[in-house]
Amino acid sequence: MTTERALRTVDMHINVGPQHPATHGVFRMVLEVDGERVAGCTPYIGYLHRGFEKLAENEEWQEVIIHLDRTDYISQFNNELCYAMGMERLLGVEPPERAEYARVILAELNRIVSHMMFYGAFGADVGALTPFLYAFRERERLQRLFEAVSGARLMHFYFRAGGLKEDLPEGFADELRRMLPAVQHGIDECDRLLTQNEVFLSRTVGVGKLAASEAIAYGCSGPVLRASGVREDVRRSDPYSLYPTLDFDVPVGKNGDCFDRYWVRLAEMRESVRIVQQCLDRLPEGPIRTPVPRYPHFRVEPGEIYVHTENPRGDYGLYLVSKGGVQPYRVKLRSPCFCNLMALGPMLRDSYLADAVVILGSLDIVLGEVDR
Amino acid sequence: MLGVLKGLVTTWKTHWRAPVTVQYPDERLPLQPRYMGFPGLMWDAEHDEPFCTGCQVCMRYCPTGCMFVEMKDNPKFATGESKRRKIVADFTINLSRCISCSICVEVCNFEAIEMTHHHERAGYYPDQVAGLPTLFQMSADHRAGVGQKPGHETRNLL
Repeated sequence: MTTERALRTVDMHINVGPQHPATHGVFRMVLEVDGERVAGCTPYIGYLHRGFEKLAENEEWQEVIIHLDRTDYISQFNNELCYAMGMERLLGVEPPERAEYARVILAELNRIVSHMMFYGAFGADVGALTPFLYAFRERERLQRLFEAVSGARLMHFYFRAGGLKEDLPEGFADELRRMLPAVQHGIDECDRLLTQNEVFLSRTVGVGKLAASEAIAYGCSGPVLRASGVREDVRRSDPYSLYPTLDFDVPVGKNGDCFDRYWVRLAEMRESVRIVQQCLDRLPEGPIRTPVPRYPHFRVEPGEIYVHTENPRGDYGLYLVSKGGVQPYRVKLRSPCFCNLMALGPMLRDSYLADAVVILGSLDIVLGEVDR
Repeated sequence: MLGVLKGLVTTWKTHWRAPVTVQYPDERLPLQPRYMGFPGLMWDAEHDEPFCTGCQVCMRYCPTGCMFVEMKDNPKFATGESKRRKIVADFTINLSRCISCSICVEVCNFEAIEMTHHHERAGYYPDQVAGLPTLFQMSADHRAGVGQKPGHETRNLL
C-alpha cells in the first residue's frame, strides 16, 4: 500500500544584507530559492547614498575632488584622474609631462591595490581566509607609498586641474623601483596560493557564467566584461593620458565564470606592474603643474564634456556641465559597479545558494560607487 | 595527501618570515612626513601672536562645516607691535567632523594653518571640539616632532 503524494514545494525568500559580511558593504539582496537553487534575486541598493552628484553642485570646481575620492573608495587616484582630465579639457590646459607620468604611475599602483583588495575579499568569500592576509601585506607597502605621496592613505585629494597638488616626494622613484620586484613577487605568491587550490577551483570554475552578449547587453565593463572574452579596455579603445605610448596587454578570459573574473584581475595586476615600470624608466623632471587661476578666478568656460577612464572596476565616466561659474552645474557619474551589478540577476539564476556569495564577490562591487 | 604536504611547505616557509605587523598602542609605525592628520594653528613667534587673522576663508571652504572662526581687532596693531590689523578671536574645529582633507590649509592666505600628525581622537562623546589653545598646541607638538619650517610648499594652491 503505497500512497503517492506529490511533494508540494514553495519558493523561499532569503534576505542577505544589508549588514552581511559577504555583501561587501551595505548591499541587500532578497534571494528566491527553490531548494538549493536560486530562482531569482531582487537587489536593494541605496544604503550608502550620500548624494554625491548634488553635493558636487554646491562645491567649488577643485573641491569636488574630495567627493570623487569617496565614490569608489578603493581606487581614488583613478577617480581623481578622470575628473582632473575632465576639468582640463574644459579649461583647455594640458598637464606637464611629469604630472602625466606621476598620474599614470599612481593610477596603476592604485589598480594593484584595488585588485589586491578584491583578491583578499574574494578568497574570504570562497572560504579561504589566508589570502586576505597575504593580499593586505602586499597592499600595505603601496598604501605607505601613497601616504608618502599624498599624505593620506585613502582620501588622497592629490590630482588637480593642470597637474598635481605637489611634487612627488624626494626619492619616490628609487623607492618605487626598489619596491616593484617585491610587489611582483607578492602577486606571484598570491597567484600560487589560490589559483591552483583545488577547493578554490571547484568553487569558482563554471560558477556564475556570463555570456559575452549578456555582459554587453547589461552594460558591464572592466574585468567583468573582459572575463567573458570581450577585449574592451578604455585605455585601448579610447586612449587617454599616456596610455597610447605604453606597452601593455589587455588580458581576457574565455568562459566568463567566477574563475575567469578572478584570473583577469590577477593578470591585470601584472600588466600594471609593467606599465609602472615603463613610466618609471621615462619619468621626466620638470614642473608638476600648469598654472590655472586660483579661486575666485578659477572659472570654467560654459560647456559640457564626457570623460571616462578605465578604473579597476570598469569604465568610470563623468559627465561635466559648466555654466561658467565657480561651481560645476552638473556632475553625472557613470558608475561601473552599478552597471556590473545589474548582471547579478542572470548570473545568479540557477546557481547554488552557496555560490551566490562567490558570484557577488567576483563582481567586486564598491557600494560607495553603486549608491554614491 | 600531496596537497596537504604542499600546504605544510608553504606554512613552514612563511613561519620564518619577520612579522610585518606591530602591537599598536605600545608600538607604532612611523608616519610619513606628509601625513595629514587634523589641522592645527601655527604661532608667529616673532610677534608672539598667531598667524591667523580670522578671515574665515577656511570656514567657508570646509566641506564638512566643522570650523568656526571669529575675528577681532588686533590690540598689538594699535601699539605698532604688529602689522596685522585683525587677529583671530576664536577658532574651534570639531575634530569628529573633520575629514583631514587639507582644503583649509590650501586656501589659507596667511599660511596660518597646517596639517599636523595628530590623528588619534577617539573619545566617549560624539563632538570632540578643539579650541584655540588646543589647536596651537597641536601645531607646536607637530613642529617639535617633525621640524618643518612654516611656509610649506603645499599652500595657496586651490
